[in-house]
Amino acid sequence: MIPALVVFAYLGVVLYIGIFAFRQTASGEGAEGYFLANRSLGQYVFLLSLFGTNMTAFTILGSAGHAFANGIVTFGLMGSSSALLIPMGLYLFGPRVWALGKRYGFITPVQMYRDRWECGHIGTAIFAIQAILLVPYIVIAVMGGGTTLNAVSDGVIPYWFGGAVVAIVVMSYVFFGGMRGTAWVNTFQTALFLTFGAAAVIFIGVSIGGFPQAMQRLLESAETASLLTRERVEPRFFFSYMLIPLSTIMFPHISIFCLTARRMGQFKKTVIFYPLCILAIWLPCTFLGVSANAMRDVPGIEAKLVARETLATERETLSMAEATELQSEASGDDVIILMLDHYAPLWLAGLLGAGIMAAVMASDSQILALSTMFTEDVFAYYGGAARFGPAVQVQTGRLFVIVIAMVAYAIALEAPPGIFGLAVQYAFSGYTTLLPLLVAALFWKDSTKWGALAVVIWTAVTLIATAVLQATVPVPPPGTIVPVWTVAGVDVISRTTSGTNVLGYMPVLPMLIVSTSLMVGVSWLTPKPTRTTLSRYFGN
Amino acid sequence: MKRWLLTAAVVAVYLLHQDVWFWNTTHPLVFGFLPIGLFYHATYSLVAAVLMWVLVRYAWPSHLEHEAEATVLVDQSPSSRTGL
Repeated sequence: MIPALVVFAYLGVVLYIGIFAFRQTASGEGAEGYFLANRSLGQYVFLLSLFGTNMTAFTILGSAGHAFANGIVTFGLMGSSSALLIPMGLYLFGPRVWALGKRYGFITPVQMYRDRWECGHIGTAIFAIQAILLVPYIVIAVMGGGTTLNAVSDGVIPYWFGGAVVAIVVMSYVFFGGMRGTAWVNTFQTALFLTFGAAAVIFIGVSIGGFPQAMQRLLESAETASLLTRERVEPRFFFSYMLIPLSTIMFPHISIFCLTARRMGQFKKTVIFYPLCILAIWLPCTFLGVSANAMRDVPGIEAKLVARETLATERETLSMAEATELQSEASGDDVIILMLDHYAPLWLAGLLGAGIMAAVMASDSQILALSTMFTEDVFAYYGGAARFGPAVQVQTGRLFVIVIAMVAYAIALEAPPGIFGLAVQYAFSGYTTLLPLLVAALFWKDSTKWGALAVVIWTAVTLIATAVLQATVPVPPPGTIVPVWTVAGVDVISRTTSGTNVLGYMPVLPMLIVSTSLMVGVSWLTPKPTRTTLSRYFGN
Repeated sequence: MKRWLLTAAVVAVYLLHQDVWFWNTTHPLVFGFLPIGLFYHATYSLVAAVLMWVLVRYAWPSHLEHEAEATVLVDQSPSSRTGL
């Protein structure tokens, strides 16, 4: 219970930071102050907060869980690919979005799209799909909070209560502190989990007698030795997964965050240090997740390994309900917490639990982004700000923060386990498919609002189709593939344990190719924005 | 010329991510515990940081900041547009 108390103390500190920021925010700031911290964030707050915003339950718990089941491939899939593509996205798009925001007063990306393509309701469609895609990301944070508090308290704190605590704390400091509070909390959290993450690796390594011994134990069995290679994943799947980090710059909380920098030069250090931060977080998480397979002396991990073995050997005789329950038991989203609980002394386990909680609670930026978008792109756009004034506009944003947190909590109570799959299948693939919007708006003069609408419709249709397919075709046993649509003997669409494949690739590959083609083709066929607008974006 | 070199460097680093040559190999275990496939991608992350430094050093779009600072806000608010 001591680790849980340390985590609660940490939550108190986070609340204090949010309230402290609220005192600054309350001193006469309007919408730009609440939603963008008056575009005044300094160098290191910008770097650490932007990185912290991206480090979520998915990163810490989901990556270790994925590595526990799939091996070292996890780091290549999401870690090293992100180390290249996220800073590349920030380099290519961040300064341009920042500069346009500064010039024309944009607070959200949709405001830019509306202005750039001279559209109104099509901008609302972009808002709607961005907002819907962001919800799963917020939900996994609440789920991660429930899982973490439940684990560090040895089950004393139930999942539903842990999730509620996280939702309330995040809601409170976002409500009071706005962007300034969120940025400072994220900075504090990033420093915390970078520090204690390193401590966790060292401590666990010493406790198990050194990592070389753990690796030797894994190499002794053919089943676990394969976790140290990438043979469980096809190269085609690995290749298409590299598209997933392209989604990052399209997440509204990231593009909105790009508007908060005081100067454009603040992107420089962020772009350079981002790969190093990724390395510092993802490598230990992946390594610990893989190493957990050698830690059969940890009762919780042993239970997971037994469940996995039962699934593999008795799959044919298990009912669907039994198989689902075993999959849930074998899920590795809490292996890091189980390791800490077993190997670290109580005080350190508490601090490390707080470090994990810091990452888990990164949903604050997403909640604030949704609130910002609703307030600016819907409430203000459809006349609310003009009718009720700027003060009501900010209050509406705060009210929306409460609504989002409550909805995310309600969904988290019913959502199935498997943080990784939930986030990847919908949010990441969807935002990657929307990337042609940003590329075309910033770099292609001839793009049109109709091209943008085609991209939005295509993204929505493909995500719904994927969801329907995965809901109607049962999950096959691990390692097997069920053909869904075959043409001339070639499996075009297949159902796999982790989701859906198209010709062996992740669905995101054809989704992105088609959305890019739609943006180009439809824009060529439809009227361009006026010369006046184009000159504001591209000069004469 | 500089632009082409930088573009080629970005494409090369992107392609280097697909290291099929270490796909089914565990050994050597670097430092005695890091499988070679994992070590390769850790090194790859460091290379990505170096690439970013090169891009920032030699191809930073500093003109955008000058333009943004020099431009006065336009009268027409983006939110005032109506219709599709």
